Amino acid sequence: MSQSIDYQAPPRQSFSIGKLWTDKRTRGLVIQVLATLAICAIILYLAGNVVENFRNLGKPFGFGFLQQEAGYDINQTLIEYNSQSTHLRAAVVGVLNTLLVAVCGIILASILGFFLGVLRLSQNWIVNRLAYCYIEFVRNVPVLVHILLVHGILVHSLPRPKQAIDVADSFFLTNRGFFVPKPIMEPLFWLVIAAFVIGVVYAFWYRRMARLKQAATGEQSPVFWVMLGAIVGAPILVFLLTGMPLAWEIPALKGFNFKGGMALKPEFLSLWLALSLYTAAFIAENVRSGIEAVNKGQTEAALALGLPRNRTLNLVVIPQALRVIIPPLNSQYLNITKNSSLAIAIGYMDIVATIGGISLNQTGREMECMLIVLGLYLTFSLTISSVMNWYNKRLALVER
Amino acid sequence: MQTSTRAYPPGEHPDQKPPIGQSGVLYWVHKNLFSSPFNVILTLLTAYFLYTVLPPLFNWLVVDSVFVAESRDNCRELGSGACWGFIGKRFGQFTYGFYPQDERWRVVLCFLLLIVAAIPVLWDQAPNRGKWLFFSAAFPFVAYWLLIGGNGSIAAYGILFVLAVLPIMYFQPSDDDIVGGETKGLTYILLAVWAFLLIGVQNTFFSFDIDVGLDGLGNLLRTLITLALIALTALPLFRRQMAPQAKRQWVTGFFTLASLWHFLGGTNFGFSSDHLLQTVETDQFGGFMLTMVIGVTGIVVSLPIGILLALGRQSDLHIIRWVCTGFIEFIRGVPLIALLFVASTMLNYFLPPGSNFDLLLRVLIMVVLFSAAYLAEVIRGGLQAIPKGQTEAADAMGLRYWQSMRLIVLPQALKISIPGIVNTFIGLFKDTTLVVIIGLLDPLGIGRASLSDTKWQGLSTEVYVFIALFFFICCFGMSRYSIYLEKKLHTGHREE
Repeated sequence: MSQSIDYQAPPRQSFSIGKLWTDKRTRGLVIQVLATLAICAIILYLAGNVVENFRNLGKPFGFGFLQQEAGYDINQTLIEYNSQSTHLRAAVVGVLNTLLVAVCGIILASILGFFLGVLRLSQNWIVNRLAYCYIEFVRNVPVLVHILLVHGILVHSLPRPKQAIDVADSFFLTNRGFFVPKPIMEPLFWLVIAAFVIGVVYAFWYRRMARLKQAATGEQSPVFWVMLGAIVGAPILVFLLTGMPLAWEIPALKGFNFKGGMALKPEFLSLWLALSLYTAAFIAENVRSGIEAVNKGQTEAALALGLPRNRTLNLVVIPQALRVIIPPLNSQYLNITKNSSLAIAIGYMDIVATIGGISLNQTGREMECMLIVLGLYLTFSLTISSVMNWYNKRLALVER
Repeated sequence: MQTSTRAYPPGEHPDQKPPIGQSGVLYWVHKNLFSSPFNVILTLLTAYFLYTVLPPLFNWLVVDSVFVAESRDNCRELGSGACWGFIGKRFGQFTYGFYPQDERWRVVLCFLLLIVAAIPVLWDQAPNRGKWLFFSAAFPFVAYWLLIGGNGSIAAYGILFVLAVLPIMYFQPSDDDIVGGETKGLTYILLAVWAFLLIGVQNTFFSFDIDVGLDGLGNLLRTLITLALIALTALPLFRRQMAPQAKRQWVTGFFTLASLWHFLGGTNFGFSSDHLLQTVETDQFGGFMLTMVIGVTGIVVSLPIGILLALGRQSDLHIIRWVCTGFIEFIRGVPLIALLFVASTMLNYFLPPGSNFDLLLRVLIMVVLFSAAYLAEVIRGGLQAIPKGQTEAADAMGLRYWQSMRLIVLPQALKISIPGIVNTFIGLFKDTTLVVIIGLLDPLGIGRASLSDTKWQGLSTEVYVFIALFFFICCFGMSRYSIYLEKKLHTGHREE
């Protein structure tokens, strides 16, 4: 038996302005239109102000000044630079200096951080308390104070070049910097480099093949030893066979300072050390929480399956811990890069100090210089985070 | 051997002592320090390391150090350790910067009031917490007046603001009132904040003083805003569905009155134009006081902005989401120091010609935006961890967007993100040191300036260690508090 129900059509509502807001469907649209208008209005207002201010000051806007002579010296450069070079070259020097300290800092901070993180997890009470104290003290003091403190100690407490702390007559630690022997490559050295590259390629190819073989037949190959031999052994062999084509230029005291060799300036040293020590404390905490995040059952299950300790660590614990560690590690790497801008406080010439500092003051082009600085940092940040995201995606758990 | 043969009822057997060798100091030492040969080596190495490092450090810091001295040479004669006499001589500057000597009591009072204001916010067991919070809300205005000086209109306005707004916060909606009342409360708060910002900030920081004569834009703006305020606040009075609560009418009345007063008589609320407190320019701020001003303001202001940005980034409205995402990613991509340089060199280009903008305020804006972007990311993490069912349930109950956010989603999301939020605050507090680079005299600035005194040259280690200690105490305290909060709020819903 069917019962006919007389559905009443919903009353057609007449349109009114108020409905635009009270109706949930149109309200979103209204908000977005209003937001767009507001943003456009703000941008127009700001742009108008900029144009007017530039006109009032009689300043042109443009990047032509980059071709002018910079007229200032930079104490540490990776490429050739002198005071007759252009502002553009000064900017490039700054970029390279930033990258240098960032890359060195990332490497040292990672090593120290992993080491500290493992110490922090140690069963040994005194070791893990020491690591804890170090981490807490370092994390809770501003990085700028670290940088200035280390710089102060290096400059005021280390001896003058005449009384340099001398390690094996080739390394000299002074308040003017750390002098180390400089490698001078002879032509045949390229063979060693070629051997290294080939070794690396071969090692990874071998590892891949070994994995495929293991997947197919279950046979294991001595991957570690082959890789070690290819990457380390082969270049050393070539190096010895070609008659050690590498000379060292040893720094020597001439007058008031050391000449020759490679000099790590106190500015670079203190920035590098301070950034690394500071960031290592954060990385250590990330490492600790990452390893702690791996369920104990995982280790126990692996051991129950008969995997030896080192394989348990390599195949079960570390892959899972890395998944937790990578995202915060990513932001620590970004932090090192951004914190390297504090170089300006101790006179290390990075981007902010060259193009955003002296060039800005000399040319009076605040707008252009700051845009360059901001653009460069955005580029670094996006590059690092996309690389880390790619790595993270590779490690991520593949779910349904 | 007295093995008891006595029978006990089930469950009442007294605890036996652990076997010998499984408890006590020796057992602990064995287990934690000497459990394996590797551990023995590790322990001995660490102990040796501590033995070589700690005594000299302690000697330098305390035993051989000099606490009272006239100059560096004097220090070196008196002892071979640290020269704290230097810090002692400059302690006033390290604390207050160049704040006038006779007015320093204001800073001290402000700090004491800050503690009083912070207690009910941080400690939920505080007696009379509800009423106490009124004071906390009024504190920023009082603090502003105390530190900057002037005729007190800011403080008066702030107290008025608090009296007007807080009843709404404490107004508990009944079940059938929840839809109407709550959102209106929010509207009032936003309006009040808006009015305060326009009146207070414009008056003090921009060079055009809206009280003086007919100053074109400023006056026009004020008039328009006042009219709008009157209209908006008075509107509910004429509505038939106005809620019965007398409180709300009172609020409305208060605001109408305040707006009228402002419209008619300017901002001084009947205070004479004589300055009750001597005006202190912000460039005289310095030392730990400046750190506290930037840190506390940054923390208080950046949290709401961070929450809004996080909500914006999660919003369904595309344009809002794009704008918030772009803003957050931009700020997170550049170092704070670059932003501070922008504030000190480039910002003037974006303002109307001739406007002059207090440097401290510019720095504050940048610090707030910077930490708001980081907070937004932390809070977004919390928001993403809330199951979608929560919002859907709130929708099904008929809650509006802001109600579901405020009553359902945010309390849970913020709770999860507390560690991250506090970490961001600690970061902000530490980052206040960067202002030294654009020339503000925070403790580092004072320290570096003092180091150029020929009498005291070369004592940088002492200065920086002293400053490090200050930051360590503050930041370590904050991180301990975050652990306490985490424990308190851990209600056991989420499995470990």
